[in-house]
Amino acid sequence: MGTKSGLLTTTVLITAMSVAAANAETLRLLTWGGYAPDDVIEMFEAETGHSVEVTTSNNEEMIAKLRATNGGGFDLAQPSQDRITSAQEEFGIYKPIDMSRVDAEQFIPSMLSATADNTTLDGEVYGLPHVWGTSGLVVNTAEAGDVTDYMDLCDEAVAGRVSYRLKRPTLIGFAYSMGLDPFAAYGDTDSYQAILDEVEQTLIDCKDNVKTYWDGGDEIKNLLRSGEVVAAMAWDTGGWQLNADNPDITFVAPEAGALGWIDTFVLPARGRADDAAYDWINFVMRPDIAAMITNTAGNFTAAVGGDEGVSAELKARYQGSFDQAAIDNIKWYPPVPAGLETLEGAALDRINAAN
Amino acid sequence: MTSDRSKLGFYLLLAPLLLWLVLLIILPHIGLFFVSISEKVGVREYETGLGNYAVFFNEPLYWRTFARTAIMSISTTALTLILGFPIAYYIAKMTRGRTKTTLFLMCLIPFWVSELVRTFGWMILLRETGIVSNALQYLGLTAGPVEFLYNDAAIMVGLVYTSILFMIVPLVTTLDSLDDSMIEAGYDLGGTGVSILREIIIPHAIPGIVSGCIVVFMLSLGNYLTPILLGGKDSLWFTGLIYTQFITRFNWELGSAFGFLLLALSSGIVFVGLKLSRQTLSETMGR
Repeated sequence: MGTKSGLLTTTVLITAMSVAAANAETLRLLTWGGYAPDDVIEMFEAETGHSVEVTTSNNEEMIAKLRATNGGGFDLAQPSQDRITSAQEEFGIYKPIDMSRVDAEQFIPSMLSATADNTTLDGEVYGLPHVWGTSGLVVNTAEAGDVTDYMDLCDEAVAGRVSYRLKRPTLIGFAYSMGLDPFAAYGDTDSYQAILDEVEQTLIDCKDNVKTYWDGGDEIKNLLRSGEVVAAMAWDTGGWQLNADNPDITFVAPEAGALGWIDTFVLPARGRADDAAYDWINFVMRPDIAAMITNTAGNFTAAVGGDEGVSAELKARYQGSFDQAAIDNIKWYPPVPAGLETLEGAALDRINAAN
Repeated sequence: MTSDRSKLGFYLLLAPLLLWLVLLIILPHIGLFFVSISEKVGVREYETGLGNYAVFFNEPLYWRTFARTAIMSISTTALTLILGFPIAYYIAKMTRGRTKTTLFLMCLIPFWVSELVRTFGWMILLRETGIVSNALQYLGLTAGPVEFLYNDAAIMVGLVYTSILFMIVPLVTTLDSLDDSMIEAGYDLGGTGVSILREIIIPHAIPGIVSGCIVVFMLSLGNYLTPILLGGKDSLWFTGLIYTQFITRFNWELGSAFGFLLLALSSGIVFVGLKLSRQTLSETMGR
């Protein structure tokens, strides 16, 4: 008897729960570390009834994961805006954004339209802007105060105490620092290859200066914090986080220009919880929520008024790294044409193999 | 009736193995093979051909990386054998009872934590601000911090450490089966330590040596974490190349071809090794 009534209660409970959760979905979010803080998720779940599962990743892995499943397994992803059209063209892993379901008022208009332009394929928009930031130099100013540009990382003075990633931003940053204009050559394979060849030679010559190529954000922060590395090419937030622990270390916008990226919202082609995805987008773009994300991720968002609730320290660090000229000098990534990454990959492989 | 039932039992027992082999090994490889023979000619356009395999042979970078990986794996295997043999001999022949179990267990304990944790352990020891460097400075042996990480030697240390257990276990088993009286007889007949090792112990232990070597070689060749983490900027390793082709270059076709080449070339190396040591696979694995 006891078992039976227990069973009955459970059945009733489950029925009650499924009624309550009739239009609640599970949002499987593929994002970067820090973009979906626990307190934001809790507020979202309490407000909408949806539940959120977060997987943290990076640009390449996001595309690789979605490609493996033809755009399934996740309901919302956050790749950078320059990597969307080529991936869509090659693999068809996203579905277009339905602008009528997005609260466009919450987005900074210039960023919304710039992202829409860069993520349009065959007349359909695939991306909405979320978080933006830059790559540049993180420098221990007490020991390597002379490092002000990417090429300075190859200077004798910092030999063996330098680190950068062996990825495409490094190729682009060094190209600008060498006085070349890689973004202008995006459309022309031959001239882009010529730029790559020059950068490849520079980076091979520079290899002796490098302590190691870093891979993850924690790795480079560790190297800088321990003093093993005094200058690195890295993300702005990494520099600002280190600045909180050690005032000597900070982010420096390079003379050749910091490289600006915008991480977006995209809908994977076979995502199942579109309602939850749009709810999430509209929720996190609210100014108060956007400020919470900025405070954890360290980067500013495309939300109107999103910078108002940001901590004073972070604002001070941001202003310390970027004056108006440095902001105007940011090189924003244009969409990468399909096939370009194969050329870059071959160059990176040769740099990795060189002695 | 009974035979039917025992047949059913046989198939039921075989089923997990067959499922494992077919679903997880054979089917994915067939898929991988078809990916590897499709060449990309344009956006979403593919042609069947062996172009991806040709890339490996035409671009020196790739086969040099393979050669480097193979040579370093062979050196790792040799080093592991040289280090593992005395340990195995000591455990199998010099100790009895509890001591033996304790020693064996001590070899096993490091493998209770994951490879990643063990590799990070080595990084904490070897890095410039790490324990070894600090200890040397404290003892006054070096003036400044020393970087032990990010070179080939660090990779070798990591690989030997990761795989030594897989050398010791088969060696202990084969050495255990060697009758002590054979060694005594060798001494009675006037043999020296070296000649007994060469004439009695090694010939007896050869199947264990060969199977240990095959396992260690394959583990090193297919290792990904240790070379990448400990090798730093010089960490070129063939599995790393496959990873980048799949994940960062979105070039599954070339990655699959590399995967098959790794399988074929490493099998070839093992085959040559068996021929050189005059062993057969069935003899080695059947013991």
